[in-house]
Amino acid sequence: MHKTLIVLRHEFWLAVRNRSFIILTLALPLLAFLGFGIYEGVQHWSHPAAPQEVQIGYVDQTGMFDEYTAQTGVTFVLYGTEEQAKDALLAKTIEDYLVIPSDYVTTGLITRYTLSRDVEFPAVTAGAVKDFLLSNLLAGQVSPQVLERAETPMLPVSVRLDKAGEIAPQQDIASSYFVPIIFGMLFIFSIFFSSGFLFQSVTEEKENRVMEVLLSSVSSTQLLVGKVLGLGAAGLVQIVVWLITVKVFVAVASGSIPLLGAISIPASLLGWCIVYFILGYLLFAALYAGVGSIGATAREGQGWSTIFALPAVAPLYFSYFLVTNPESALARGLTFFPLTAPVTAMVRLSIHAMSAWEIALSLAILAASVALTMWVSAKAFRVFSLMYGKRPAVREVLRYIRES
Amino acid sequence: METIVAVAVAVVAVVVLRLLLTRLRRERSRRKGQAVGESAPSPPESETAVFASGESIFAAVERPPSEYAVEASHVSKSFRDKKVVDDVSFTVGWGEVLGMVGPNGAGKTTTLRMLMDIIKPDSGEIRILGEPLREEMKNRIGYLPEERGLYKKITVSDSLRYLAALKNVRGRLANERAEALLKRVNMLPHKDKKVEELSHGMGQLIQFVVTILHDPDLVVFDEPFAALDPVNTQLLKEFILELRSRGKAIVLSTHMMNQVEELCDRVLMINKGRAVLYGGLAEIKARYRNNSVFVECDRLPESLPGVVGAKSHGRYTELFLDGRASPQDVLRTLLGLNVVVERFEVSTPSLNEVFLQVVKEG
Repeated sequence: MHKTLIVLRHEFWLAVRNRSFIILTLALPLLAFLGFGIYEGVQHWSHPAAPQEVQIGYVDQTGMFDEYTAQTGVTFVLYGTEEQAKDALLAKTIEDYLVIPSDYVTTGLITRYTLSRDVEFPAVTAGAVKDFLLSNLLAGQVSPQVLERAETPMLPVSVRLDKAGEIAPQQDIASSYFVPIIFGMLFIFSIFFSSGFLFQSVTEEKENRVMEVLLSSVSSTQLLVGKVLGLGAAGLVQIVVWLITVKVFVAVASGSIPLLGAISIPASLLGWCIVYFILGYLLFAALYAGVGSIGATAREGQGWSTIFALPAVAPLYFSYFLVTNPESALARGLTFFPLTAPVTAMVRLSIHAMSAWEIALSLAILAASVALTMWVSAKAFRVFSLMYGKRPAVREVLRYIRES
Repeated sequence: METIVAVAVAVVAVVVLRLLLTRLRRERSRRKGQAVGESAPSPPESETAVFASGESIFAAVERPPSEYAVEASHVSKSFRDKKVVDDVSFTVGWGEVLGMVGPNGAGKTTTLRMLMDIIKPDSGEIRILGEPLREEMKNRIGYLPEERGLYKKITVSDSLRYLAALKNVRGRLANERAEALLKRVNMLPHKDKKVEELSHGMGQLIQFVVTILHDPDLVVFDEPFAALDPVNTQLLKEFILELRSRGKAIVLSTHMMNQVEELCDRVLMINKGRAVLYGGLAEIKARYRNNSVFVECDRLPESLPGVVGAKSHGRYTELFLDGRASPQDVLRTLLGLNVVVERFEVSTPSLNEVFLQVVKEG
């Protein structure tokens, strides 16, 4: 077996056996389902199983409203006087009662009397009242079809065209936009967390003085690449656990959160996202390993990881701009700049705004940056891993890397 | 999406299963270790079945791959304009222990790091096993660095297995060699402990085991006896002599010169980055002897021909010769005077004394 693979395997098992790794990996699923449980509980508690049929009384001073009293979920009960209606309300045979004054047709004013605290109509009741009024007002004046249209004037269907006037291959942007957001978040999470592990791993080896033993067995490049890939594989396991969580969560929760049910993830988009994810991860990991080996302590490392993570996060802030102006110079620039490329590309890919050459070029730049960063980091690793204690100045770093 | 999820689930399942299995195995071996410790003081014989007693754990170097195991010629290295190693040349032969001695900060560790290709020399050439060091040759070299280091959070046997794998020794062979060596340094009962649970000296022993676990042909020890008690120092010396008897080439660096006199065939003395003395131990001692003899006898004449002074050390006296008379002449004179000589010894300086003399002269 190649020595890089041995390092990879060692680092992988070391990472996944780490207690904080296990806690972190399981925390997200637990939080998600805990959150969902709370959401469900609150929903249930705040809307106790409402009686299917609501009785609403009304006093009609115009004499126009005597038909269509059975609406969906609401039955309207006519009372002769306000006194009778009030008695019924206090006896709780009805939920509320409405008084339709004689000048209703000119003013549109209707008074609602209720025992409930919210003075506004609940949405369902309001719809029923509207339909009840509309049906009675138009009864006999228009055909039943026109009456139905008056109640439901529009059932919208949208078709998105591309620039050539053809029907665009992907109609629903909102749902596919969800994918890059999820991937972007996972990406940022994972580079944050695995950067922590990488720093820990590199600085621990420096502090343990194990580096010299290792370097007498393997080259610094083998060590660095094995480390980055091993911890990357561990990070991938974490992401997979999270993705499964998302999948299961969507399946479970889409029943009560309708938006989630609308999410569909095209396979090709998922594929590209994974490619960008892996290359992006490698780039950041190599960067962090290099910085870690130059002599930053784990704590300084957290500072550095924040600085490097900024460009990774930035495209998410710009995501609205990216979706609305996917062809702009800024969008293109962010696609080609290696640190912002992963998330930008995920967002643009989700709205099919990247042409083949753009994908090819950005992937090529990304891959080249990964190779270059790995190479420089391996050099830094070799030179600085044996310098204990003192942190070199930037100029020294450059000189040593050039000389080694 | 479904396939991806399926694959992902499978991967996670495998990982979790492996984790559980390792934990289970470790628990079981720990329990077994305890049981053995309680019922019988000595471990069962099967644990060292492969290396029967009397048979060396190290393979003999039968056909040396090159004339010298190490050839360093005119090697120099500076850090920030300070010459740490200055034009040092030496060789190490097969079946030979080269003692690299000198005070702290003389440049010994830097020289060794250059041998290991951990640091590149500014100038000069280093050939290991007959050629410039290549990655795959590292499998045949054992290196005990001055800066000792082991993974603190993993067990002794996991550490050994990983570090042996990096030297291309794996599986059953690695386990058996590790067990045999741990047994010899009396660390077998601690193999399932984490390194952080061990004492400093125990960590040293583990580090030593790591260095020779893969049966290297060239072994480089940087201050191997630092922080070791006399018993373990003796244990390590025996290992080093055994390695030498198997034809291995050994470099032994230390600032405690007197401690290695008995081990070294040849000596490279370094001071302030320069090689101040280099040669066979016996030859060096002969060259730097004080020109005095130790005599223990019943009576000593007031004056002797060829003797310019005397210094009493209690039971014996040190006689300083004038440089023309040989120790043999003095002995002959004493015997001619019917002196009963109980002890007559040509004084040889210790490496420490040689070093001080060389530095003073230089």
